[in-house]
Amino acid sequence: MDRATFETRLFGVLRWVVIAILIVVTLFPFYYMVLLSIRPIEQVLSNPGDLWAGPAEWTVSTYREVLGSVSSGGQGFVGLIGNTLLVAVSATILTLLVSLPGSYAVSRLQFVGRRQVHFLFLAIYLFPAILLAIPLFTVFTRLGLRGSLAGLIIVYIAQTIPVSIYMLRNYLTTIPESLEEAAAVDGYSRLQTLRKVILPLAAPAVMANALYVFMIAWNEYLFALLFLVENRGNWTVSLGLAQLSGGIEVSKTVLMAGSVVLTLPIVIIFFATERLLTEGLTAGADKG
Amino acid sequence: MTIGGTAFSIVFGLIAALALRKRFPGRTFVRASVLLPYVAPVVAVTFVWEIMLSPQFGVANDWGQRFLGWDRPIAFLSQREYNLWGLDIPMALITVIAFEAWRYFPFAFLFILARLQAVPHELEEAAVVDGAAPTQLFRHILLPQLGAVIALLSVLRFIMTFNKFDDVWLLTGGGAGTQVASVRVYEFLTSRLDIGAAAAQGLVLAAALVILLVIYLRFFAPRVEDES
Repeated sequence: MDRATFETRLFGVLRWVVIAILIVVTLFPFYYMVLLSIRPIEQVLSNPGDLWAGPAEWTVSTYREVLGSVSSGGQGFVGLIGNTLLVAVSATILTLLVSLPGSYAVSRLQFVGRRQVHFLFLAIYLFPAILLAIPLFTVFTRLGLRGSLAGLIIVYIAQTIPVSIYMLRNYLTTIPESLEEAAAVDGYSRLQTLRKVILPLAAPAVMANALYVFMIAWNEYLFALLFLVENRGNWTVSLGLAQLSGGIEVSKTVLMAGSVVLTLPIVIIFFATERLLTEGLTAGADKG
Repeated sequence: MTIGGTAFSIVFGLIAALALRKRFPGRTFVRASVLLPYVAPVVAVTFVWEIMLSPQFGVANDWGQRFLGWDRPIAFLSQREYNLWGLDIPMALITVIAFEAWRYFPFAFLFILARLQAVPHELEEAAVVDGAAPTQLFRHILLPQLGAVIALLSVLRFIMTFNKFDDVWLLTGGGAGTQVASVRVYEFLTSRLDIGAAAAQGLVLAAALVILLVIYLRFFAPRVEDES
């Protein structure tokens, strides 16, 4: 057997081994999370190594505790979900409102410093979040925006707009300019062109972008921690969950139920739109 | 930590991308699952890791003691040094690196996969006709094509890992030898209320990153432009 045949066979087998390992490694923590959230805590403490629990053992009391309102002894996560949704959805809409015309301008209009602007967006994207946090922290304290959801939305918009413009720009440059010229000949103004020609063509990219921004806002932790921690009524789910772990009386299974509540929406959105997202993300990133 | 996290996540990403390159039944599902660690909320995944690795009721220690013959549980996240065969290894730091690699290899995977799919098929077919073995194929055909994207990824991941705050903060709280730069800034900002010192450290951090970015743009960016 020569080297080529041997290696082809070897890698044919190895490939499946790698795929199997990948699936186990990536999915196991999530499986474990769900498993712990439905097992009673006593069971977990007595047999920590069990990776399977029959339906007889299952319990929903953890979810009841996580989702129940504060007055009934729960953790009031329903309210937190509402907060997070509000923040994430408004951040997404506002970001797109700004970044759509913004990315169009960067990709089409000629203006002084156009190339530099492009680089600047990338630089901001890579800028450490903790650094932005310092001035924002002081400014927001002065303005009295700390502890309010509006403040958090502003921060998220500031963070996501550069990435969003960067990604959309890369997509918009692939749309042939002749289409726009045709629209111009037909008497469309710039804004009409943007709305009636560019927007429908860029719809998949815009959707991917919206989902991406939504996910960032939903998952964000650092700024929520910095700005909202004193104001319990406005906590987001991430923050609520992190604060929960500090409490001693909260059992680990409840914590896991909270994690499931936090992760589930993202997983659902992600699996529903996977194709759109992966293509949207890399279509922009590929160009460097 | 940064170098370790970056290198491992890219290597795993590369392996994953190579394995998932060709079509097979269920590929979409596998590809989506592989991306899961990257899109899932930080808070949730750090908690799962914390509990998995917990010395009292974590599955890792339970299995380790049962099947691998560990004589006592290992505190993965709170132990600064662990004695392994007479060698002191920084346990908590290694755990954080493993976590970073786990969470961010999908990012590398995405980029590399996108680039791999853009490699012209004729190149590979020609090489196969010439009797090239898969390793040779990889070394001489694919790797040169991937060079630019790997360089880009290294810089991106390096910078992002360098700035990492929430992962480290949630996993170890910055204790046990894992106090990274941004955790330090955070502590100055909140618990010591020393905004000046926090800002100063932050600026030093930013300066370091700007230098890195400039080096990257000088040496690698033109090549990226040419190739894509």
